[in-house]
Amino acid sequence: MDTALQHRSVTEPTAAPAPWGRVRRSRHLADRALKIICTLFTILGAFVLGWILLMLLIEGIGGLSPAVFTETTPGPGSQGGGIANAIVGSLILTFLGIVVATPVGVLAGTYLAEYGKTSKLAEVIRFVNDILLAAPSILIGLFVYMLMVQPMGGYSGWAGGVALAIIAVPVIVRTTEDMLRLVPGSLREAGAALGAPMSTVIIKISWKAARAGMVTGVLLATARIAGETAPLLFTALNNNFWFNPNLMGGVANLPVMIYQFALSPYENWRELAWAGALIITMSILALSVVARLLLRKDKVR
Amino acid sequence: MVALSQERLVSSTDAPVRRFSPPTFDRIFRFASLASALLVLIVLLGIIGSMIYGGWPAFSEFGLSFITSSVWNVNEDQYGAWVAIVGTLTTALIALVIGVPLSLGIAIFLTQLCPPWLKRPVATTIELLAAVPSIIYGMWGLFVFAPLFAKYVQIPVSNIVEGMPIIGTILYARTPSGVGILTAGIILAIMIIPFIASIARDILDQIPSVLRESAYGIGCTTWEVVRNVLVPQAGVSIIGAIMLGLGRALGETMAVTFVVGNANRLSGSLFDPGSTIASRIANEFNEAIGLQLNALMALGCILFLVTFTVLVLARLLVSRVKVG
Repeated sequence: MDTALQHRSVTEPTAAPAPWGRVRRSRHLADRALKIICTLFTILGAFVLGWILLMLLIEGIGGLSPAVFTETTPGPGSQGGGIANAIVGSLILTFLGIVVATPVGVLAGTYLAEYGKTSKLAEVIRFVNDILLAAPSILIGLFVYMLMVQPMGGYSGWAGGVALAIIAVPVIVRTTEDMLRLVPGSLREAGAALGAPMSTVIIKISWKAARAGMVTGVLLATARIAGETAPLLFTALNNNFWFNPNLMGGVANLPVMIYQFALSPYENWRELAWAGALIITMSILALSVVARLLLRKDKVR
Repeated sequence: MVALSQERLVSSTDAPVRRFSPPTFDRIFRFASLASALLVLIVLLGIIGSMIYGGWPAFSEFGLSFITSSVWNVNEDQYGAWVAIVGTLTTALIALVIGVPLSLGIAIFLTQLCPPWLKRPVATTIELLAAVPSIIYGMWGLFVFAPLFAKYVQIPVSNIVEGMPIIGTILYARTPSGVGILTAGIILAIMIIPFIASIARDILDQIPSVLRESAYGIGCTTWEVVRNVLVPQAGVSIIGAIMLGLGRALGETMAVTFVVGNANRLSGSLFDPGSTIASRIANEFNEAIGLQLNALMALGCILFLVTFTVLVLARLLVSRVKVG
């Protein structure tokens, strides 16, 4: 570098400083290239992802009408109709999944953070949980098919709910554990010093202190399972009618409805698929935003 | 922590004497927590078990040729997984080749170059996009991206490379419909970008800023800080993040099913339709009976083994750095 600097000062002693200052040109170029490429990549990413959302808005709003929310899915090739049964079915399945997953996930997270800590078993379960968190959801669908659909002799909303619960549990376990670990140990010690048993300390102190974070975890899990399609294909399936109140047989739901209708040759079905896609994406984004706001308000983090 | 464990030790030895109420609830609570935690373990074992149990008839019928054979004939009950395996690996590889540079660029932009006021909106947008259901990406890929891709990439490129050796095979579209292996790879890349970018950003944020500042202090440019400080510091865990993205790309179902074309043939061209393990299961499972069902389960078993290996490696790489 020194020689380069001297060299330049010899050749152009009175010229104005080069735009790259006192830095050797190749270094300056590499630096500029990195900055420009990174900025371009970010813009490209934002552009593509913004394009997807824009397409969704345009196509989805075109398909929206009051009938969408009140009528059931139409038969092949017919006109009109809505997706009311799919919306209600999706709500029920997601609710089922979360109701099953929340106690299991919270308790398992509590075990990892409060009881197991660094024990071998806790380490193994933490590891397994991370694997499940990223496991392909279609495999979970296959598993529940073997576990519930085959023995029960047919597709059912219950199987769909269980499949969604299996996807939600790892999310809840992870956030619960992370949030409980942020609770200062002195709080627990204060409770223990008053003679409270371990369970009381956990319920009255740890859970209370980590409440907002745990609710966030449940909301994020809800957002995650609300749009899952693959596991529902083999468990809840779909149908074009109001489902049985006992949830046996196919239960209409938004993701599978979107999948079937979007790939169909009927214009009417495709429009309904777009409307459903808009509804589901907006609900999920709203859930994620609420979850994030909750977390930011909470001072634990 | 030490005080807490001492507390537990003490209470376990002389607790019954001092308690007013019997400690049944305490015990039940502890048991319920342990049972829930074990349930997570059991579910994973159940997934492995059901895949092996369901796929066993196919494995024993075809033996090793199930993996190496590229025949998938429902009428003659002959099944081989080779086309689906190749399709899965190719699409995931394309996704990584396109997605990794983009997501690392975004992560570097967010942590090193971005003005502070822009940081939060961009980061939030990226995290929210990871929450968009995969089926939406599939619809965008099929209805928006594929027609444009066919018109502006497949047809011109096919015209240029026609007749050339090697490239003329790899990049020649017999029927330029827009769907195919390459399209699936591109859609997968878009899907894993938010994922890898947000993990990589977290990793880069964790590097003590004093390291960066001292490098800048001796006159390093941003490029040199990235190359000589950030990469050596975060390299291993960034590979872990990439592996996590790979795990996701391998198992992604819905988006791929929309755009891969779902054809069972081995083609030399990236523009031709193919299929992946997940897309084949999604397409055929509901109508499958008998041996076909077992063959699909066996495909699931292979997919599980591959993703499991990738995820375990990812987890080991990411955690090793956190400790060190």
